[in-house]
Amino acid sequence: MSGEEFVSLSLTPLLIGIFAAVACALPGNFLVLRKQALIGDAISHVVLPGIVVAFLLTGMIATWPMMLGAAGAAILAVILIESVRRLGRIEPGAAMGVVFTTMFAGGVLLLEQTDTSTVHLDVEHALYGNLESLIWLDATGWASLLDPQALAGLPAELPRMALTMCVVILFTWALWRPLKISTFDEGYARTIGIRTNLLGLMLVMMAAIAAVAAFDAVGSIIVIAMFICPPAAARMMTNRLERQVAWSVAFAVASAVSGYVLAGYGPLWLGAQDAVSAAGMIATMSGIILALAALFGPCRTRTGAPGQA
Amino acid sequence: MLWEALTLQLGYNATLVAIGATLLGLSAGVTGTFLFLRKRALVSDAISHATLPGVCIAFMVMVALGGEGRNLIGLLIGSALSAWVGLLCMNWLTRRTRLAEDAAIGAILSVFFGFGVVLLTVIQTMGVGRQAGLEGFLLGSTAGMLWADAMVIAFGGAATLALVMLIRRPMMLVAFDPEYAAARGLPVARIDLAMMGLVMAVTVVGLKIVGLILIVALLIIPPVTARFWTERSDRVVLIGGLAGGLAGYLGAALSASAPNLPTGPIIVLVSFAFFAVSLLLAPVRGVLAAVLRHARFQRRVHMRQGLLALAQGQTIYEPLTLRLLRRAGLVRADGVPTDKGKARAAKALRDEKRWELVRADQAHEATAALYDGLRDIETVLTRDQIEEIDRRIGGPQGVTA
Repeated sequence: MSGEEFVSLSLTPLLIGIFAAVACALPGNFLVLRKQALIGDAISHVVLPGIVVAFLLTGMIATWPMMLGAAGAAILAVILIESVRRLGRIEPGAAMGVVFTTMFAGGVLLLEQTDTSTVHLDVEHALYGNLESLIWLDATGWASLLDPQALAGLPAELPRMALTMCVVILFTWALWRPLKISTFDEGYARTIGIRTNLLGLMLVMMAAIAAVAAFDAVGSIIVIAMFICPPAAARMMTNRLERQVAWSVAFAVASAVSGYVLAGYGPLWLGAQDAVSAAGMIATMSGIILALAALFGPCRTRTGAPGQA
Repeated sequence: MLWEALTLQLGYNATLVAIGATLLGLSAGVTGTFLFLRKRALVSDAISHATLPGVCIAFMVMVALGGEGRNLIGLLIGSALSAWVGLLCMNWLTRRTRLAEDAAIGAILSVFFGFGVVLLTVIQTMGVGRQAGLEGFLLGSTAGMLWADAMVIAFGGAATLALVMLIRRPMMLVAFDPEYAAARGLPVARIDLAMMGLVMAVTVVGLKIVGLILIVALLIIPPVTARFWTERSDRVVLIGGLAGGLAGYLGAALSASAPNLPTGPIIVLVSFAFFAVSLLLAPVRGVLAAVLRHARFQRRVHMRQGLLALAQGQTIYEPLTLRLLRRAGLVRADGVPTDKGKARAAKALRDEKRWELVRADQAHEATAALYDGLRDIETVLTRDQIEEIDRRIGGPQGVTA
């Protein structure tokens, strides 16, 4: 494949996929260690009602209202889960299940009730995203990377996703010590004056921001897969948090690249005509990486813990 | 229109859907209760998402064999197989690696679903004209439900229900106390797997009506709803089943009564309405009951503190205390105690002194443990015992100058 074709057709989706994967995998590390992995699942379900409500209020498919709607829905979901858990004294898993399924059902109902036939807004899009369609039409080759006119035609998702990734990296870097301490020993963190509740909320918010931004570009599946699979695989590789985060980023990038390439070219190698869903393939690849790590990773078992926990 | 729907007079298809949804809700509510009490409610999320690759593979196999590809039984068998594989993978991840169950659930859910989406796009490009039905499994589609489909759902639901009833006792034991169950010699791992197998059966049966994303709601919400109303596990199962069945029936009827009301989401929302009502109004665990309980407690504390203050001749500034005392006719509007107020205050102070002696006395240790500052001493001691304590306090004495 020539550079010209690569830059205009594959470079941007590939980069967006990588940025999204890294932005989700970083907070995912802490969520997995804190046994809150399914928050990502809940958030990615409630994104649908959020964007539908945003569409109903503004009457158009624009990026910012939809992002705001999705973020609002994510915050609402976190508040609802917490209040259902406390008011009803229900275990967190069930509280989560009650809230996100209901909100998702509400989203589907609203979607059916409104006339969205003229716009591109449906459940499938919310689930799979459309990574393949984020092409850079103005590019003519590698030289376009230095051409301001062509750069202006970049899909808006690319800078947005890059910005999100930077924010997430900055957040992780700035709050590294408190995050690390409160994740492993919440009691100790509180005694040395870290406000663990606030920190936990900030972590969930950061996950929500990453989820909402990534969802817009790549759909919900990648979001859930990237929150959990790369950090989980990284957990099998090392006992040190620093290395775990590094591994998870490497795994996230590896699944994004291999998934995208396999989805685009894999079917051609097998003699089929058309590409398959890149989002689905990236999720699948992250699962394969996790499976390999679970089978061969050096730190895959619970050391010192009984076989059954 | 709604009434006709509720009495099953909206035509053949609506009736089929209503019967199927009721049975599905019933068996999902009953099965989900065990899952909820075992604190593994979200396992159902992994199981339901793991059905998608199976549906797609079954479709492709049936097309490859020259069939029509949309045979419901074939698709359901495929979905059951892949859900079972997902379940085993999840169990393996939790048991053999250091991952916690929530991470395993999320990993299985996203990876299997992602793979299913890949297969869906493969099917779309296969060029088979009649593949459109498969997306219906995501959110359920009841529009084209056939008699045979309804029979599959009804039979599957009933069979699941029967199986649950058969092994309900060991499942309940494991749900409440797995260590004790293991000590009794029960095969805990196998019972857990059986529980998950039943959940999988419900999921598979529900694919057609509510779809794989929302079936989780039918497994979780009715049991949570039922838990508000009772502390007995057998009744939770019963109420969970009823709530689920009713939600299925009402939801199906509502969705048939107007256009653009998809069955699956409506059933989930009806179910949630039951949950919300229970959360607010349930007698002991409900929010309203808790608020009332708190208000009653608050009134008793204020009353007692007010009486003690009166007895010691202190001025009361607390507005709520004053209001309560005035309403009970114990103080006048200017805060001066009435005769009745003086009597009650003296009694309160004397009771406090009695309690003080009781709490200092080793012989009354068990009684002293009941002291919470509000309990009337007459409810825990006999008249003889109180007289004995009063003797120790002694009567009023004059002051020697």
